[in-house]
Amino acid sequence: MMTNLTLLILVPLLAAVAVAFCRNGEQAKWTAFIGSLCQLLLSGAMAFAYFAERKAGNTAQMLFTERHSWFSSLNIEYYVGVDGISVAMILLTAFVVFTGVLISWNVQTLSREFFFLLMLLGAGAYGFFISLDLFTLFFFLEVAVIPKFLLIAIWGSGKKEYSAMKLVLMLMAGSALVLIGMLSLYYYSDDGNGNRTFDMLKLAYQNIPLEVQLFAFPLMFTGFGIFTAMFPFHTWAPDGHSSAPTAASMFLAGISMKLGGYGCLRAATYLMPEAAQEYSWIIVLLATIAIIYGSFATLMQKDLKYINAYSSVSHCGFVLLGIGMLTKTAITGAVMQMVSHGVMTALFFGAIGMIYERTHTRQVEQLGGLLKTIPFLSTVYIIAGLCSLGLPGFSGFVAEMTVFMGSWQRPDTFNRICTILACASIVVTAVYILRAIGQAVMGPITNEHYSHLKDATWNERLASAALILAILAIGLAPFWLNNLITPDAQIIMENVARGGLIE
Amino acid sequence: MPGPLYIALIPLLPLITFAIISLVGNRYFPKFTGILGTTSLAISATISLFTAWQYFFVEGSVNGVYQQIISFKYTWLEFSPNVSIDMGALLDPISVMMIVVVTFVSLMVHIYSLGYMKGEERFSTYYAFLSLFTFSMLGLVLSSNIFQIYIFWELVGVSSYLLIGFYFDKPSAVAASKKAFIVTRFADLGFLVGILLLAFHAETLDFQTLIQRLSTPGDYLNGIISASFLGVSALTWGLVLVFIGGAGKSAMFPLHVWLPDAMEGPTPVSALIHAATMVVAGVFLVARLFPIFAMSCPVALDIVACVGVFSSLFAAIIACTQTDIKRVLAYSTMSQIGYMMFALGVSEYGENGLGYMASMFHLFTHAMFKALLFLGAGAVIHYVHSNEMKDMGGLRKFMPITHITFLIACLAIAGIPPFAGFFSKEEILTAAFHSNKLIFGLAVTTAAITAFYMFRLYFSIFWKSEHHPHHGDDHHGEGPKTMLIPLLVLGLLSIVAGFAPFHHLVTSDGHPLHTEFHLLFAAGPVLLAIIAIIVAMVMYKKESALPGKISEGLKSIYQAAYRKFYIDEIYLFVTKGIIFNLIGRPSAWIDRNIVDGFMNMMATVTENFSDTIKPIQSGKLQLYAVWFFAGLMGMVLLFIYLWA
Repeated sequence: MMTNLTLLILVPLLAAVAVAFCRNGEQAKWTAFIGSLCQLLLSGAMAFAYFAERKAGNTAQMLFTERHSWFSSLNIEYYVGVDGISVAMILLTAFVVFTGVLISWNVQTLSREFFFLLMLLGAGAYGFFISLDLFTLFFFLEVAVIPKFLLIAIWGSGKKEYSAMKLVLMLMAGSALVLIGMLSLYYYSDDGNGNRTFDMLKLAYQNIPLEVQLFAFPLMFTGFGIFTAMFPFHTWAPDGHSSAPTAASMFLAGISMKLGGYGCLRAATYLMPEAAQEYSWIIVLLATIAIIYGSFATLMQKDLKYINAYSSVSHCGFVLLGIGMLTKTAITGAVMQMVSHGVMTALFFGAIGMIYERTHTRQVEQLGGLLKTIPFLSTVYIIAGLCSLGLPGFSGFVAEMTVFMGSWQRPDTFNRICTILACASIVVTAVYILRAIGQAVMGPITNEHYSHLKDATWNERLASAALILAILAIGLAPFWLNNLITPDAQIIMENVARGGLIE
Repeated sequence: MPGPLYIALIPLLPLITFAIISLVGNRYFPKFTGILGTTSLAISATISLFTAWQYFFVEGSVNGVYQQIISFKYTWLEFSPNVSIDMGALLDPISVMMIVVVTFVSLMVHIYSLGYMKGEERFSTYYAFLSLFTFSMLGLVLSSNIFQIYIFWELVGVSSYLLIGFYFDKPSAVAASKKAFIVTRFADLGFLVGILLLAFHAETLDFQTLIQRLSTPGDYLNGIISASFLGVSALTWGLVLVFIGGAGKSAMFPLHVWLPDAMEGPTPVSALIHAATMVVAGVFLVARLFPIFAMSCPVALDIVACVGVFSSLFAAIIACTQTDIKRVLAYSTMSQIGYMMFALGVSEYGENGLGYMASMFHLFTHAMFKALLFLGAGAVIHYVHSNEMKDMGGLRKFMPITHITFLIACLAIAGIPPFAGFFSKEEILTAAFHSNKLIFGLAVTTAAITAFYMFRLYFSIFWKSEHHPHHGDDHHGEGPKTMLIPLLVLGLLSIVAGFAPFHHLVTSDGHPLHTEFHLLFAAGPVLLAIIAIIVAMVMYKKESALPGKISEGLKSIYQAAYRKFYIDEIYLFVTKGIIFNLIGRPSAWIDRNIVDGFMNMMATVTENFSDTIKPIQSGKLQLYAVWFFAGLMGMVLLFIYLWA
């Protein structure tokens, strides 16, 4: 039963329906809580089943596959299955959804609708990560976009309508690019008998003509790149994150940005190896710009959420850098960074949301001395910060170092310089994180009102503990994640290497 | 050769203590966390001593040569079958010596803090951080893998950050902690790139393999030497970058700016982290990679020597002008670490490895007497509630034990026989003399200046004004027993540590070293030091106008030294003026106005365009009819035209 992947979509959908039928907000949040707990347990069980299966010597590329014809005349299938990379992303999704529900415990207005949309987002993300059919993949990508508009526009803060519109329009533009890229692949996937396919495992080995790849790859990569806040299409991120309610920020940065990274890897790089090699340098260049420029732009931010949003641009640059470098280690690092950044940024936005709920401000210079009055939440913020600046023992370090190790294997001067610049960002990161911590959390208490704040409640403690545990699980014992991802990074790399440009 | 597994307990005990204190101790038994931390560290220290005894006297040497023993090693993160980050423990003379120093000084600081930090609101947090630091430092010195050392390197950095910023409601402490972390992080960037570079060419991260491949002729060594960037070989780049990391941690010029500010932390922390252990990590790192430095890349070793000797003199000059007693000690630490650095820099591998041995020896004795100096200073600060020399004076009557132990430490650092510093300094000077006369000259000068400023400090605290303004009748100047015992123990060690047979135990290649006693190197510097002490006595033992006159006479130099040669100002200009204003601000502006402006412009253009064509869909039937017929006419005309 644990190996039935469709459950991963059905459980959140059922939870969403159940939430919709709840009588009041209290019932809705408990239903959502139970629903997300089920998802967490299910994902955990699925991961265990996956490990057991691999240990038993199952070497199939995708496990637990399931396929049904969906729209036979176009050969669209509901085709799902997981490899190590998907398992990692599914675990991430489960953690973020679970803690997102816990953090949203105090949502008062329209709480039923809020949790309904949250569950729907979860369903979209799970579906995306298990899809092996390009069309199914695209379908779930869209499912995960629309609820964001409502979440931000209804429950957001600040200039929420503007941000919601901006975010959804930009992501939609990304989807449109993906769609065109996808259709061109489909059109050229003819096996000679007029049979075309959306099946990614087939497409990857179909020898799509180079011209088509060179046309479709930029579309697809940019499209997914917009999701993962690739420079220069990242501007939805700061506005969107800062206007979104806490749980939506967590979801947006924790999972939604990873949909893009995953897509760049699985749909663009894996399916179009020659083009991936051709365009490698552009990806590396854009990623390096995002890393450096994002971190410098963060230096100037004054709002806690803007700080984290810009730093996400910089951190997601590592994902793209890892993918662009096209070595096994770098790709492993990119996936690790997705997982690590997902958990870490969820914790970060969670902490900011919890602090904001109490202080009603996110301006760094208005905060101060919180460590004295709300030590638990402040410690959570500090831990998230230390993870973000890549402290060993936390997940960020492992992921970044793996990307660096992988990138260093490209010995030409251009890639070397980009790698060193990317490494240099760890210094800038330390500067902005420590500035934020030093001003907002440490220092003297700046506002009389702050000395009466109440520290975290049980749900907030549980959410923080779960995320910190995940960060430590990766940071202290990275080998399990590494063993999970590496074989599949290897498969992707082998396919890319068929292009022949890379030894 | 697999070694004993109990070594793992040495770092793990503090780690477990950290976890217990921060998870439950903080809340349920805050009063006992100090005892818990101290007890667990006492066990750790006992195991370390036992390990050292086992290593040095029982099983460490084969045919009189000390071996490297891998006690245990677990793969932590594998990049490829050959390249992986392992967590392990490598026992060799320097790491065994270091675990003894670290656990012992840490134990002293733990005991001392029981008294010093008593009644502190975050008492248990303090002990949690101390345990975290001790764990990280032990992990660092035991590292068997170059990436492992980097991991613990960062961890000691963050423990130092947390402890410097311990009084987090003081803005100056927060600023100092931030500065310490960022400056060392900047240096660590060099370290990281250095590791990537060395590991790429040596195709391993394991210390033993790495050193073996890069210090003996072969394909790996040829490969890394022939690869070059800007005309300098990859090996030199790699080693210099690694050294930058070490220089940052060890506060070498010009990366020293964080150390004086780090004195914002509690004084016992300064004794442990910023005097005895963490700051010598850079020296340890160079010593760890010494075979590569010495045998494959003498250029990098020359750089180490130059940076070391310059920092040493530079810091000594500044120390003469500072008035905050902890800052004087901080600059003195920097100066003494400079000593250890250049001792390594002038050394060779093997038979002529006197400098290496002397450097490790000085590291050992310095840990004892510098920890003692800081703990003594802590006792003084505890008593007078100020760091400034002007608030002190005549304290010898009120704090006899602190006074005597402080005097011992001063004599030790000044290099007066038979105190510990004399022996190690003498070896360093001998090594320098045989290698480079200029370095020798600068080192002797530094030694004299050191004696001068240390006794300036000593006389200003314990003599000078006879009537202390604040504590005239208070005879209970000494702290509690917990503070006195560490002073006495360290005092005793500062007398006898010099007799440790280092040339038999800790050498660059494990072979015992034959050293001779040179009267010239012993007598000359001692004579200079005594003269410097007498000068200090004349100037500072009694209230006198002399120091004022001299500083007046050398005004420009004095001012420059007092202002620490304006290095801080230069840094401030670079960070604020260039990085913030010329890079950060424009990036943020470009992002909001150009990149995002373009997105917004596309939206605006679309909107305006639709606004423009909107009137066409007016809903007025007459207008539609006009358009319809106009279109029809147009098409008819077009057809007629084409037909013709």
